[in-house]
Amino acid sequence: MVEFTPVNLITGFLGAGKTTLLKRLLAEPALGDTAVLINEFGEIGLDHHLLERIDETMVLLPSGCVCCTVRGELSAAIKALHSRRERGEVPAFRRLVVESTGLADPFPILSTVQNDAVLRHHFRLGNVIAAVDAVNGAGQLARHPESAKQVAVADRLVLTKTDIGEPEAVAGLLNDLRRLNPSAPLWRAAEEPIDADSLLSHDVFALAGRSDRALQWFAEELAAGRRRPVDRHDTRIRAFSLVFEGEVDWTMFGIWLTMLLNRHGEKVLRVKGILNVMGASMPVAVHGVQHLVHPPVHMAAWPDEDRRSRLVFIVDGLDPAAIERSLAAFLGRPA
Amino acid sequence: MCALCGVLGGDGHWTDAAARPGVFTRNTDTMQRRRERMHRVSCARRVLGHYRLTLSDWQGASYLLSTATGKTEIVDNLTHLWAAAEKLLGRPCDPLDPALLEYLEPADG
Repeated sequence: MVEFTPVNLITGFLGAGKTTLLKRLLAEPALGDTAVLINEFGEIGLDHHLLERIDETMVLLPSGCVCCTVRGELSAAIKALHSRRERGEVPAFRRLVVESTGLADPFPILSTVQNDAVLRHHFRLGNVIAAVDAVNGAGQLARHPESAKQVAVADRLVLTKTDIGEPEAVAGLLNDLRRLNPSAPLWRAAEEPIDADSLLSHDVFALAGRSDRALQWFAEELAAGRRRPVDRHDTRIRAFSLVFEGEVDWTMFGIWLTMLLNRHGEKVLRVKGILNVMGASMPVAVHGVQHLVHPPVHMAAWPDEDRRSRLVFIVDGLDPAAIERSLAAFLGRPA
Repeated sequence: MCALCGVLGGDGHWTDAAARPGVFTRNTDTMQRRRERMHRVSCARRVLGHYRLTLSDWQGASYLLSTATGKTEIVDNLTHLWAAAEKLLGRPCDPLDPALLEYLEPADG
């Protein structure tokens, strides 16, 4: 069985602290078997006496990580890295971390990994981590749609510079982040240790055979469902959850979600949830970002006695009531 | 690549995910795959009926999508289905369209 290498994406607006976060993560021994793709070596401030240069775009870090710069296309960079790994020219990394540029929409990067004819047989998507600056983050979220999108699609949020931000401003920003993305676990980089393992590896795919991790994932979803976001009419991006009883016809659900994403994919920033699928004894986890849906995961166990299906959506300008009515109509249930 | 039609690989749509540990799919063996395709055709027809389109299985590999006047497109998977339906109809197929939802909703609902 081929082992798929997870690809993590570190995103965040200009100056949000992506490189600082990466630098901190790279120092952890847990990341020894990781390859990192960045835009410029200069930014990361590596200690040039310790690293070993493989060629002009690639270096070997003291921790054992391979670090390279993206020249041109991302897919070409990942393929080159994969090819060198297969030939034994670089250490056999088991994880790839891609640092995106601050202005980038994360979706094309995710789409490249999942849909590229070569990459999809060797790599799979891991967590998306968004760094948000506690000082300038609120302004960036309000002014730059890219910034709000980066937060909405993230699986993990890291709040940086909280030590220099005003407490009221940080509280306001936290509120905004929870409205955009109610379920992603959040770390305060300046005040608490960052556990590289939780940040990078507890993704939806990794929990398939692990009921303890499944529990954690569910706990995040349930907390999100309870923490009903404050509905603010001045913003288009918002999160909402749908909870429904009984078993779901998986095929009809697939037809519905595919049709929804075909027409409104760019407005469905994120859909994540668990379904009680007809004919399956254990729940199925679905996880999608815009037009892209991860392969559905068959979970090892139910986390509690509740057998209802739960879906959390983060949408840009779509009406939650219309989505709820549509799903009910497709599944043949009263709205 | 398919030698007959020149189509490059499947695109690995999530509803046809390749069977591997942890992945939920009904793409594991021939019988299951066929059963799932039959059911998919019947579910899709329920929705496509609103647009007067019909869908049928083609050789267990693709689907044929046809209008009432016989215009037909070959589609590989569900994503292509909606793009092809919109092309044949010349208008969007929106799952949030109230007219479609009224068509699908139970009469007594």
